[in-house]
Amino acid sequence: MTVDMSQFYEVFFDEADELLAEAERLLLGIDIEQPDTEDLNAIFRAAHSIKGGAATFGFMDMAEITHVLENLLDKIRKGEMKLTGEHVDAFLAAKDVLKMELDGHRHASVVDQDQVGDVKMMLKSLSEAGDVAPVPKAAPVAEAPVAVPAPAPVVESPAPVAAADIAIDIPPGHQVFNVALPEITDKDLSNIKDELALLGEVSSTQQADKRHMLTLVTDSSQDDIISICSFILDPDDLVITVGGAPKTETPAAEPVAATATPLASAPAEEPTSDDGKVKVHEEVGYGLFAEDGKENEEEGYGFFAPFNPHPDAVQTQLIGDDTALTAENSGAQSTTQVVEDKQTVVEATTAAPVEKRTQARRESDKPPANAETTSIRVGIEKVDQLINLVGELVITQAMIEQRVNALDPVQNEALINSVGQLTRNTRDLQESVMSIRMMPMDFVFSRFPRMVRDLASKLNKKVEFVTIGATTELDKGLIERIVDPLTHLVRNSVDHGIETPEKRKAAGKSEIGTLTLSAAHKGGSIVIEVTDDGAGLNRERILAKAQSNGLAVSENMSDGEVYSLIFAPGFSTAEVVTDVSGRGVGMDVVKRNITAMGGVVEIRSALGYGTTISIALPLTLAILDGMSVSLGHSLYVVPLNLIVETLQPRAEDIKTVTGEGYMVHVRGEYLPIIALHRLFNHHTDITDPTKGVLVLIEADGKKSALFVDRLVGQQQVVIKSLETNFKKIPGVSGATIMGDGSVALILDVPAIIQMGQTTNYITGASTFSQPSYPAILNTANA
Amino acid sequence: MNMNTEAVSTSASANLKNAAGEYLTFVLGTEQYGLEILKVQEIRGYDAVTQIANTPDFIKGVVNLRGKIVPIVDLRIKFNLGKVEYDEFTVVIILNLSGRVVGIVVDGVSDVMALKEEQLRDVPSLVTSIDTKYIVGLATVEDQMLILVDIEKLMSSQEMELMDAAVH
Repeated sequence: MTVDMSQFYEVFFDEADELLAEAERLLLGIDIEQPDTEDLNAIFRAAHSIKGGAATFGFMDMAEITHVLENLLDKIRKGEMKLTGEHVDAFLAAKDVLKMELDGHRHASVVDQDQVGDVKMMLKSLSEAGDVAPVPKAAPVAEAPVAVPAPAPVVESPAPVAAADIAIDIPPGHQVFNVALPEITDKDLSNIKDELALLGEVSSTQQADKRHMLTLVTDSSQDDIISICSFILDPDDLVITVGGAPKTETPAAEPVAATATPLASAPAEEPTSDDGKVKVHEEVGYGLFAEDGKENEEEGYGFFAPFNPHPDAVQTQLIGDDTALTAENSGAQSTTQVVEDKQTVVEATTAAPVEKRTQARRESDKPPANAETTSIRVGIEKVDQLINLVGELVITQAMIEQRVNALDPVQNEALINSVGQLTRNTRDLQESVMSIRMMPMDFVFSRFPRMVRDLASKLNKKVEFVTIGATTELDKGLIERIVDPLTHLVRNSVDHGIETPEKRKAAGKSEIGTLTLSAAHKGGSIVIEVTDDGAGLNRERILAKAQSNGLAVSENMSDGEVYSLIFAPGFSTAEVVTDVSGRGVGMDVVKRNITAMGGVVEIRSALGYGTTISIALPLTLAILDGMSVSLGHSLYVVPLNLIVETLQPRAEDIKTVTGEGYMVHVRGEYLPIIALHRLFNHHTDITDPTKGVLVLIEADGKKSALFVDRLVGQQQVVIKSLETNFKKIPGVSGATIMGDGSVALILDVPAIIQMGQTTNYITGASTFSQPSYPAILNTANA
Repeated sequence: MNMNTEAVSTSASANLKNAAGEYLTFVLGTEQYGLEILKVQEIRGYDAVTQIANTPDFIKGVVNLRGKIVPIVDLRIKFNLGKVEYDEFTVVIILNLSGRVVGIVVDGVSDVMALKEEQLRDVPSLVTSIDTKYIVGLATVEDQMLILVDIEKLMSSQEMELMDAAVH
């Protein structure tokens, strides 16, 4: 049976990716002095799972590394070796190499073979260094667990129930399986026989208690048999044992009594088979379950107990003793029907581990099976389509609601109630669908502990890394795009923010710097902050640097404005350019990326106490909390997170500069007024700010007052791109469909503020002094 | 100059070969136009549009076409043809041009015609508000002249201002 393995590659890649990430997380969290056995086991399991998968799919390079890694881990796990920082470093390096190899297989990227070799050498030497009594490489995994031999023979016990005298020629590569069936109908029996006949030759015998025993000669595996039978029976009711190629036809001659002795002796001799079993176990590659081995075997025992209804059935044995076997076999046959057909010793020993393996697997399969039912992998485009459709549904639903609200509530009570129900259901549906795309920030945060650790040791700094709010959820699209900017900010904080231990000590601070990465929901957005308790930003130096870079600066700029200078391209105040950061490339990219995501960056800093860089992002790209405002007959949507406040100005608050440049005086601040109707050449009857509404908007640390006719209401809108079928319009970031099916444009607030500053849209210099603004003119003259 | 005309006429002839096919004919003012039927997605009435700031007056704005935001262009304004009125008879042809959906306002839709190569004529070089490079050819149907427009080329042209400059 050949299966095209490549179809499962993706699954393996994803899984290995997750396992590597998990292993790294555990490694970073490990306490070297007192490592938690559970953690060590978990790391070991991850390594082993990857090894198993890699070997299955033929990625031998990965299997090799994991194998060496596993050996070392196993020794530490079992306390044969003490965990040191060196080990953790080696494990982390191994993780990197594995990741590299994984990417190599996945994306055909380059794999640095030197590095692979180095890590392998490092792991090996570490492994040998700690070897007091060197253990053969292959063995250690399986060794410990399998040393619990006692239950093994019992597992075997049902085997001899099998099969009558069948003299079949077994082709090479084939095996004899004895399948003990529970009590079933004749119809089921014949079905099973037919099915199994597809695999190989089948013969059946009826037992005294109406149960049947099938003997199957096939080259398929036991699992195939189980899976075929499971169509008809509960696989748990099956007992399958492995026979072997026929060797000697021992005549059934001896009395039943003869069997008693070898049977009794079997357990006693069992330990001798230990070595053989270890071998087999390891080859099968299920060392993963080794630590659970004992338990599983015991469970296996309990499992098989009910299938011991034939006390006269002869025990097949696992003993590496030819004579014993023969004796027993003869006994078996003589007891009448039961012949464990001519097994060779070696094959008998094989039988036990295989049986146990199945048991072990059945037990151990449970967690993965559960994991599969709790999550599925779905293509993101499917989810996006779903989100779009739900968006449409919400709009349609809003339309229906609007129409229904216009109906007579008495006559249409039932309809109105039903629509109310529909409204609730749609909201719930929308919420659940949106949550599909949401991922915890941990997805991003989890990659930083490692980075900070490496950076800190590279720079000889001591940094404690703290994350807060890792469970905060954010849209997957944003999560992916926030990684790079955050990486840059974290690097910067470690490199420039946090000082060397000596400097910190001199400044009276703890030698260990703290770097905090936090995420929290605030209103309609998520705020991600990178905080360090380092040196803080030096206002003077930034100003000086900005001046030498030819940027327009003045001493009177607010701290916020000065700090945001570091986002200017090519700006770096670092005294030394390191290979970590300081080249001044990057902060502008950070800013650009975040702005592109609809986010806002803000810097807070105190010289000598640290710096906080705060990123506010919308929760999702698809939906926006907006305030709809009207202008003439049109509606526009202003993103709510960029609105500071709205107000109706009094005439005396409207000020001018040289008769133009209209401003509004709000709580001591003078803000430029941007008249939207002028900016958009839109007809409206309301041209006097005191008759309309000023919406104070803020972006990039700059505030302006947007003058519109009136506020209509606050609502969530689904963002639609204008560019899909049209083009980018200055001042408009997108469009949305309102409840009545009409289109409203979403304002691009940062662009509008920009437009307000660079053009005469506000004042319209030549036209503004026309009577259209009599109130303002009067105020100005007054 | 001569050479130019020649070049134009030969390329137009080549165009004509490919131009045979089915056309949707529509009216702008007193003139009959035709566009390739395969570019047409649907025909619908004129709905309220949402105006877009700082766009030329022939771009009427955008409408919601079953959840898609679709720009609407009034060809009558663009080409100074016909009286620009919007009533229940005003027709919008929704075009699907390589995935981009655009609506055009016309005075009326007349027919779908299958045109054979021999019915098609080259366009002489003229000065018109439609650049002749967007005209595939002319056709005579029942003594009426039909102007066949390469609607995709026209709509994606810079002068229609329907697409970002970067698209070109």
